[in-house]
Amino acid sequence: MQHLLEIKNLRKHFSSQKAVDDISFSIQKGSIFGLLGPNGAGKTTLLRMITGIFYPDEGEILLNGKHFNPVNDISHIGYMPEERGLYKKMKIGEQAVYLAQLKGLSRQDARAKIKEWFVKFEMQSWWDKKVEDLSKGMSQKLQFVTTVLHEPSLIILDEPFSGLDPVNANLIKDEIFRLSRMGHTIIFSTHRMEQVEEICDHIVLVNKGKKILDGSVGQVKQDFKENLFRIEFEDPILPEHTAIHLFQVIDKKDRQLVIKKNEDFSTNDILQFFITKGLHIHSFNEILPSLNDIFIRLVEATPKARQFENLTA
Amino acid sequence: MNKIGLIIQREYLTRVRNKTFLLSTFLLPVVMILFIVGSTFFAIKSREKRKVAVVNDPGYFQNNMKSDSSSVVFYFGTAADSLNYEAKGFDGVLYLPTASNNYELRSTKQFGLESKGYIERQLNKAIESHMLQEKGINKATLDSINKATDQAVDLNNIVKEENGAARQANAGLAYGVGFGSGILIYITMFIFGAMVMRGVAEEKMNRIAEVIVSSCKPFELMMGKIIGIAGVGLTQFLLWIILIFALISSMQFFLPAETLQQIQDAQASQQNLPGGANNAMAMKIMQAKATLVEGVNWGMIIFFFLFYFLGGYLFYAALFAAIGSVINEDPQEAQSLMLPITMPIIFAFIILTSSLQNPNSPVAVWASIIPFTSPIVMMGRIPFGVPQTVPYWQLGLSMVSLIGGFLATTWFAGKVYRTGILMYGKKASWKEMAKWAFKK
Repeated sequence: MQHLLEIKNLRKHFSSQKAVDDISFSIQKGSIFGLLGPNGAGKTTLLRMITGIFYPDEGEILLNGKHFNPVNDISHIGYMPEERGLYKKMKIGEQAVYLAQLKGLSRQDARAKIKEWFVKFEMQSWWDKKVEDLSKGMSQKLQFVTTVLHEPSLIILDEPFSGLDPVNANLIKDEIFRLSRMGHTIIFSTHRMEQVEEICDHIVLVNKGKKILDGSVGQVKQDFKENLFRIEFEDPILPEHTAIHLFQVIDKKDRQLVIKKNEDFSTNDILQFFITKGLHIHSFNEILPSLNDIFIRLVEATPKARQFENLTA
Repeated sequence: MNKIGLIIQREYLTRVRNKTFLLSTFLLPVVMILFIVGSTFFAIKSREKRKVAVVNDPGYFQNNMKSDSSSVVFYFGTAADSLNYEAKGFDGVLYLPTASNNYELRSTKQFGLESKGYIERQLNKAIESHMLQEKGINKATLDSINKATDQAVDLNNIVKEENGAARQANAGLAYGVGFGSGILIYITMFIFGAMVMRGVAEEKMNRIAEVIVSSCKPFELMMGKIIGIAGVGLTQFLLWIILIFALISSMQFFLPAETLQQIQDAQASQQNLPGGANNAMAMKIMQAKATLVEGVNWGMIIFFFLFYFLGGYLFYAALFAAIGSVINEDPQEAQSLMLPITMPIIFAFIILTSSLQNPNSPVAVWASIIPFTSPIVMMGRIPFGVPQTVPYWQLGLSMVSLIGGFLATTWFAGKVYRTGILMYGKKASWKEMAKWAFKK
């Protein structure tokens, strides 16, 4: 599959921090890509370089296989930053038209498209209202519309669900899936791991300006599995059932076991063992780590807050 | 339409459509007129009136010192002294010199400069008259001399024009025009500069800055705002000019029809009509009109006014934009950063007042060339005449350095702006801003 965006050895240093320190990854066309990392990891700096707001100190960004040129390519990108807002005193319709025109749409096209989206999101009556009359969630919806209105091939959403109620969050989520199916590529940046697990195909985890994890959601989970299984039985568990070298018991309840399988044996060996003991198995599941667990495990090893360092360069 | 055009359009329209724009356009002239009328009124009102008892008059002072009922009134032979003058209702007691003391004014309240000066002039005058009479000039001759010298002399300063023709220079009018345009540039530079700063700070605080700069270059956003607001300023000037013309032409309706007819006759014949009481007013209006229209080269003034307004505005607006980009929620932060910018503007205004008195002093010349002060100071000098007062080389150097100056401040501000607009949290100092500007 073709890569929409390729990032090679990207580096950006500020006077007191290596905000992005030699990061490379690539994003497939039409995929939903999760950019994860703790606060201050360098996510925003990375996104600002991809959107042409910052110039990288070193490294290269390729969009559609060509060198990224902010002046021309900016209209193919829709960016919804984490720190986002609108002109408070401007009317909503006018503001949406203005933002769309800045992205290169003509006035007529912009009006027609906005009307379409407003119908879809049931926002028709908002046109002549001012932004200051909107609630946080409502302006969030408006911002989403203005981000994707010009049908960019790359859509970058930084914490798109913050401040949205579950109904509206689902509305946006469905749109994200729909846009992805239509071939738009989406970069999704967040701290909320359950959303990442639900939405993303592929993730990259950055910490302290460096990439520490890169892979598909399923693969990452496999890589971090700890051979944990949950077994539920029809019958009560007796002490003799657990005295075996096949596994260690992590947690034991009346009719439920959580075990850690020893590397040398297969799950079939374990099932065989219980069957020969005459225990009726109700269910047998592997416990895969959640992305949240993986995130915490990888990030916890490093200091919580990023320290300032003095760079001479 | 290109992006910077879109930004200019938005900045311009949101401001011009605003009600406060219309309000300020019509209120500012009214406020200025009220200010001028009010300050004149209070200047007259606040003159002090003093009653002074004069003691030890050797005889000739009483006849030669004139009282002025609106400032100082002299009383002679009142038997007042330094102990009882208050009880007798005097504000002070003036001792004329005897063997033991010199001129002395005793009072409880200090006398103002004006009152003191008036008393001194009257004393000098009395001594002068006394000495002239002693030298044999009789009273009648002296009175006729005094009468003749009391009439103010009107000095006509005829300046040689380039083409050899002589033009009657009017220092008073030049002073007025210079002061008016200088103060207008001074006020508008502050108003529109602050407007730019607030606009930039608003975009940063609303968190829309990052959304916009993902669609255009930060420099385009900054310049769009500066140019858009310049358009607002020019629109305002245009409305003021229309307003002034409307006022002047409507003034004709308040003149008697007869006088109007005479003015027209006078204009038609291009020469003085036979004198007469009826004609006096028409003549005066004619003269005033002639001085106003011919005493100053209005086309030149308006051209340079627009040039120095735009140049000065662009020079400072960029710096105001840089400040707007580095401040955060707290508007107090702007205060300390603004000081280095407002100082030269205020300084320029102070130099303006002195250069109007003496438009060729070295301070005035250099301040009208250095771009930090030139927009205000040069506008004070130009009405005195180009190239008589302001030689072409000074004007050229001033204009070139102002253009170079605003290119430099815009470059600097652009660098600061692109970093500042996305930095939340800490306010930057001028030192840090300079560091951003000179980093690659």
